[in-house]
Amino acid sequence: MAEVKLMKGNEVIAEAAIRCGCDGYFGYPITPQSEVMETLMLRKPWEETGMVVLQAESELASINMVYGAAATGKKVMTSSSSPGISLMQEGLTYLAGAELPCLVVDVVRGGPGLGTIQPAQSDYFQAVKGGGHGDYHLIVLAPASVQEMNDFVDLGFELAFKYRNPAMILADGVIGQMMEKVQLSDYKPRWTDEEIEKISGDWALTGKKANRQRHIATSLELDSYKQEVFNQKLQAKYREMEEKEVRCEEIACEDADYLFVAYGSCSRICQKAVQLAREKGIKVGILRPITLYPFPTKEIANLAKKVKGILTVEMSAGQMVEDVRLAVNGLIPVEHYGRFGGVIPTPDEIVEALEKQIIGA
Amino acid sequence: MSIELEDIIKPENIVYKKTPVLTDNVMHYCPGCLHGVVHKIIAEVIEEMGIQDKTIGVSPVGCSVLAYNYLDIDWAEAAHGRAPALATGISRLHPEKYVFTYQGDGDLASIGCGEIMHACNRGENIVVIFINNAIYGMTGGQMAPTTLLGQVTATTPYGRDAKLNGFPLRITELIAQLDGTCYVTRQTVHTPAAVRKAKAAIRKAFENTKKDKGTSFVEIVSTCNSGWKLDPIQANKWMVENMFPKYPLGDMKDI
Repeated sequence: MAEVKLMKGNEVIAEAAIRCGCDGYFGYPITPQSEVMETLMLRKPWEETGMVVLQAESELASINMVYGAAATGKKVMTSSSSPGISLMQEGLTYLAGAELPCLVVDVVRGGPGLGTIQPAQSDYFQAVKGGGHGDYHLIVLAPASVQEMNDFVDLGFELAFKYRNPAMILADGVIGQMMEKVQLSDYKPRWTDEEIEKISGDWALTGKKANRQRHIATSLELDSYKQEVFNQKLQAKYREMEEKEVRCEEIACEDADYLFVAYGSCSRICQKAVQLAREKGIKVGILRPITLYPFPTKEIANLAKKVKGILTVEMSAGQMVEDVRLAVNGLIPVEHYGRFGGVIPTPDEIVEALEKQIIGA
Repeated sequence: MSIELEDIIKPENIVYKKTPVLTDNVMHYCPGCLHGVVHKIIAEVIEEMGIQDKTIGVSPVGCSVLAYNYLDIDWAEAAHGRAPALATGISRLHPEKYVFTYQGDGDLASIGCGEIMHACNRGENIVVIFINNAIYGMTGGQMAPTTLLGQVTATTPYGRDAKLNGFPLRITELIAQLDGTCYVTRQTVHTPAAVRKAKAAIRKAFENTKKDKGTSFVEIVSTCNSGWKLDPIQANKWMVENMFPKYPLGDMKDI
């Protein structure tokens, strides 16, 4: 019988990590996601599953602890919020360059700088376009509920190992802090040494045995031509993700004349806006990207052939709207409505924006 | 009767053999550089302890960034200064492994100052090999935190001035104050006797890992004849005369 509980999004990340057989968590406190490590420390998973939990001296250190542990083929993760994720960009580009799997949770708060501790979606660019230096992408999952905070821990690790690439759960302060009913995952045991050998035996640092070459986790290649070949390999991997891993949800799109594109908590607010708009006779639906990278470009392009206009709703000054415009490629009007700096849009103002910016334009 | 080469290289005549833990790759280090000596003694310790399959190295950014080409063990190559964080991640999840970092003065004492302090303070069960040659070698001879006052580098062309650049950082003395460290020593490798002592220190450090004693920290005062613009013999002499007074050799802590 599955366990159903009322829990905070951040607490669920911790619970889901333990239950999915995560080997290690390295983190540093930052609002609004400190409950992740607090919950882990309280749960003492090292006594239960053997999972290691360590408070690092900084986000720089925690992502590099993840780098070291991930290089050994273990399932390891960290979590933080925007300013901390900025510090982790160095480690993330090294992880992507060394092709190592790991999971990073970003519970986004308003910026720039120290900004605010209130929810925002203003780190979309940082998350989906690479974030650090060099040509790379993270796999980015955008949960819209506490349930998805649970589900995406396992999914994040699955995709990270499938593609040997860091995966990120891009949540926001709303999803991290709010309490909802959640069906927790069943316990999966941590991988044994034999399983790690089977899954990652051709690259993991498990100690050089006499019967194999030494394994090196590195992103360094001083020969530019070889570095270009490596980059082409990375790009081929990203094209494969774009082909196979796009996830999105269509809500009330069958008869829609207009479309909201929104992810995370904004997609939840848009659900209410759809209801309000339809009461006024405006047929609007929602396309909710679940993977922000790879982005549901084809799905949005297809919907653009059926609707008259698209409004993206983000808690940012307009970031995802750029990818929506690229997908639509000028076919129909695409406008952005955003509140930012920690302010959350209301359903009423979203409907008003639709009427003003799209229908009445 | 003439002596043939085959007679000389008979197994019973061999008095020295390269350890198999050292690969056959040609080292990229400048002639006269001491990195190769330190690599060799680490490799010998790994061979003698029979821990090649249990040792994971973490290389830094700096001249020894390519250390993974020379020691035939599993390696991770860290971002600049972050090797102790990587080593922490590896060691925490693999307490049975021998994990060591190999870092220069810029990597360890400048950009990685935070990571090394906290790894040592937590008493991570790792070995730290710290090569101090008072200069940034890889990037072309700029000032390091350990550069001596008056020392000319690419970024201190008129000599290191305390008012402008601060003072040489004796980080090993600071590390010795941290409760997480069990063994903190400063060695060098410019003479056969020094090499033997340094090797014994590195051996002790790896034995400490075996006993789960915490962090062992071995500084090797070294040269950079290219960066110092001296020939190898002059560089060794300069090190003895200028580096040793500021960075005196010997154990600072051995618990």
